[in-house]
Parts: sequence; structure tokens; C-alpha cells
Amino acid sequence: MKVVPASDSSLLVVLGDVMSLDNHERVMSLFRALQRVNDLRIRNLHPAYASILIDFDPLRLSHEEATSLIENLAGEEPSQCGRAANTVTIPVCYDVEFAPDLQEVANHAKIPAREVIWLHSSATYHVHFLGFTPGFAYLGGLPETLHAPRLATPRKHVPAGSVAIAGTQAGIYPVDSPGGWRLIGRTPVRIFDPDATQPTLLKPGDLVEFREIDRATFDATVNR
Amino acid sequence: MAIRVQDPGLLTTVQDLGRYGYSHLGISPGGAADSLAMRIANLLVGNPENAATLEMTLAGATLEFDEESIVALSGGECHCRINGDTAPLWQAMRVPARGILTCGAMKTGARLYLGIQGGLDVQPIMGSASTNMAGHFGGFEGRGLRKGDLLGVRKGPNSRLPTLNPGTVEALYSREPLRVTRGAQHDWFGLEAFGKLLSCPYTVSEQSNRSGLRLKGEPISPRVRSQLLTEGVSHGAIQVPQDEQPIILFVDQQTTGGYPKIANVIAADLYRVGQLRPREQVRFIEVAIPQAIDLLREQEEWLKQIFQC
Repeated sequence: MKVVPASDSSLLVVLGDVMSLDNHERVMSLFRALQRVNDLRIRNLHPAYASILIDFDPLRLSHEEATSLIENLAGEEPSQCGRAANTVTIPVCYDVEFAPDLQEVANHAKIPAREVIWLHSSATYHVHFLGFTPGFAYLGGLPETLHAPRLATPRKHVPAGSVAIAGTQAGIYPVDSPGGWRLIGRTPVRIFDPDATQPTLLKPGDLVEFREIDRATFDATVNR
Repeated sequence: MAIRVQDPGLLTTVQDLGRYGYSHLGISPGGAADSLAMRIANLLVGNPENAATLEMTLAGATLEFDEESIVALSGGECHCRINGDTAPLWQAMRVPARGILTCGAMKTGARLYLGIQGGLDVQPIMGSASTNMAGHFGGFEGRGLRKGDLLGVRKGPNSRLPTLNPGTVEALYSREPLRVTRGAQHDWFGLEAFGKLLSCPYTVSEQSNRSGLRLKGEPISPRVRSQLLTEGVSHGAIQVPQDEQPIILFVDQQTTGGYPKIANVIAADLYRVGQLRPREQVRFIEVAIPQAIDLLREQEEWLKQIFQC
């Protein structure tokens, strides 16, 4: 573990240098410990693949104090309570209207589109962290056959609920936004609801599964 | 009490001091771009400093007040009028019932704040009234104001109003270089690259907004050319993407990013970033972190001493 100052108000805790499940576990263990401590001098936590950025009020918490707090927490045995990962199942309609890039992903993988759907919906993913827009979860665990580069030119408008893949990762666009990932389906479920007590459907550390639904079910869910 | 938008100007949003504790959900703090001017506008009308204000950008708004209101304007230099009479910045003023406040184009700076006694009446979301444009929530319907919008105002405190000591505003907006500390990846850049950032002027590009200020100038080449694993980014970080032109990440920035950060604007100077205009030149100077924290402490002390009752 390496703790480096990122600014006069933040420290970057580096726990590894690659995207891996081991590093994800390390990040989640420290992230949960920091959440449990709930130190009000800490304003924000930004977990990522192998690091956590910790933003704090430097007039109330010094870099030295923050560093020793982090070192103490990182030294603790990861608590087992409440660590059973939360699994979220997300219904996805792979209808051609929602999946403008499905055929290209299939061509890239040299498999039929049907098999792309099957592969995508039979894997279990883990939420590495959230970023990009409110509620956007970076999902690890995409089957290797489906790894494909992101679009050369990002779309200016990607509708909320779009289910996408890029590189080694999967994701769901929570709000209407620009985006460069390949769109292969859409979920009728709300991924981001600012008025809810838990505004994002997914949290860092969650497990995610996709379940295929047909167009009629999609429409019925949207209209409900 | 309500305010009707007759003309929203270029971009007018509801802002307070921001939304903290949600970065791990991809939600950035947002909040006033020039938080010092915004806090002063609130304090001048007797509000708590975090009350919801209007932030205008480069070209101000025209607003109609249905009832008599106490307001204060602050921020970039701007010719403003109440029913045709000049309305000076940096002091509490009375707007009569059915009065019209017209804010013109800013002559200096980029942001103008309107503090209203009582504060704007918007539903706080995740503890803040600030508008989150990327998430389409907060503020007024999660967006910039439009003609015809009707904003509620909370009942005011009816307290004695303070005035600003002379010379305060001059001290606020100095032309000194922005002070920076070293960024999380400063060692990816050699001394030469870091020296360039500190010795060359950079120009704020037109493609700048509340998420980030894109700068144009001498390219900053990294010593190490490797791919950074996406990580959390701090407020005011100066990142250098492949085109080697620095970007200052700002209030509405993404919570994570994959470009190396060479430096970081100090907390005490972030409000000045909020007043940088497109095509304006900016320079940087390095300070050590303990010095940056002392400067922030001094600024907070200063803010307590600029008012007279």
C-alpha cells in the first residue's frame, strides 16, 4: 500500500497497479472500513480499480492524521460481518432497436448475435466502482469472447438504461448522456433515481447478473 | 414569494456549496464555481452561507420579483440594473414588488451570483440544492433556467444586514498566478515538463465549462508514457491527456479518470478558477501542501473579518 498526497485536501491510497479481483477485494475492504468509521472530517471517498482517493477537510484533518487513520484501517483484519455480496439481477431486452452495436460485437467475436446475448446474460459481474456519470457502474467479469474496443467516435446521446460493453468491461448508462461504449441492449429498470434513499441501483462491491427479457416484457415494465 | 425568469442569460443554475458524500456513487460535489463570491452574497443578505443562490455565466439573467425582496450580487464585474437604475455588486439592495433585475454581460470574470434573503426554495437532493447537470437532478428541475421558470423564495431572517469593508473585492480577485501543489502523478513528468507548466502562460479555451477548463499552450510531455489505471480524481486536479494540453478539473468533474495529474490547484485558489473566462491567460506557481493549508486557513479567517455591521 502506498499513500500519496493528491492535493492539499486529498490522499490517494494505491493498493495495486492492475485491474484484478484481488485488488478489488483490497479496495472494497478499505472502502468498507472507511465507511464504517464514518469520520465526518472525510468528505468523499472515490474507490476505483486498485485505489481509493480520500477527500477531506484539511482544516480539521491533517494529511498525517489521515494517513495514520488509513494505515490503521488497512492493518485491520477485514470484517466478515455484512460482507456477503449483494447480488442484483437486471432484466435486459436485447431487441434490435436497443442494440445498435450487437451485430458488430458478434462479427468482432466471430459468433452469432444470439451467442453474444447468451454469453452476456450468463456471466456474473462485480461492480469495481462508479464513475463517469451519477450511478454508472464499471462492471468486471465480461466473458473474454466479448471483449471489443470502444467506438471510434462516441455517440452524442445514449439513452438511460442502455446496456453496453467496451474493452474488458460491461456497464449500463444510468442517465441520458454521451457515450463511447457498444450498445447491446436496454433495461427497463431505473439505474439512477436521485429521489430514492439509495439513489443508485448498484454500489461498489455488488455482484450483477443480467436476465434476458422479451420486448413485450420490456414495454410492460416501462409502462407500469 | 417568487422570481420569474424573463431571460436566463447564457447559463443560470441554482447552486449552494455542493453535495458531499456521494462520490463513490459517481456523483460529484458540484456547487458554486466561485464559492467565495457565493458565500459573500448570502452573508450580505443575512442568509447562512450555504443558502441556495443563482449562478450566472458570462451573460446575466433578467428576473422579475413578485414581492419586495432583499438581494445581493457578487462575482465578476457586471452592469446590473433594478428597474433601470444601476444596481451595484457586493451590497444588499431592495428590489420592489414587481421589480425587474437585469444583469448584463460580464466585463471581467465569468460568474455572477445572486443571493436572495431567505434563499431559493428548492428541494434539497442528497443534502444539496446544487444543480447536477450530468445527472439531470438538483437545483431547478436538474437543468439551467429557461424563460418563464418560476422559482420560489424562502422567508427571510429579517436581521441587521452587514456591509463589506472597503478594499475587500480588490483583495479577492488578484491577478497573481494560480497556486498549485504537485499532483498524484507529478513524477510521471520530468522537471522540464513541470517547469513548463510553471513558467509558460496557458490560455483558457472556449471548450471550458463547470466540468473542466481546457488550457492551450506549451505541450506538457510525460517522461513515462504508460496507461494510467482509472482512479479517483481530486477537485482542481490538472490532468494531462494524450494531446499534452492540460485540463483543470472543476466542480462538475467526473469522480474518476484515467489521465495522469501533474498538479492540483490549491483549495484557497479554486474560487478564482470559477472566474476564468475563455481566452483569458493563466499562470501557475508551486506551493507546498502545508503552505496551501495555511493559505486556506487564512482565507477562512479573512472571510470572518471583511464585514462590518
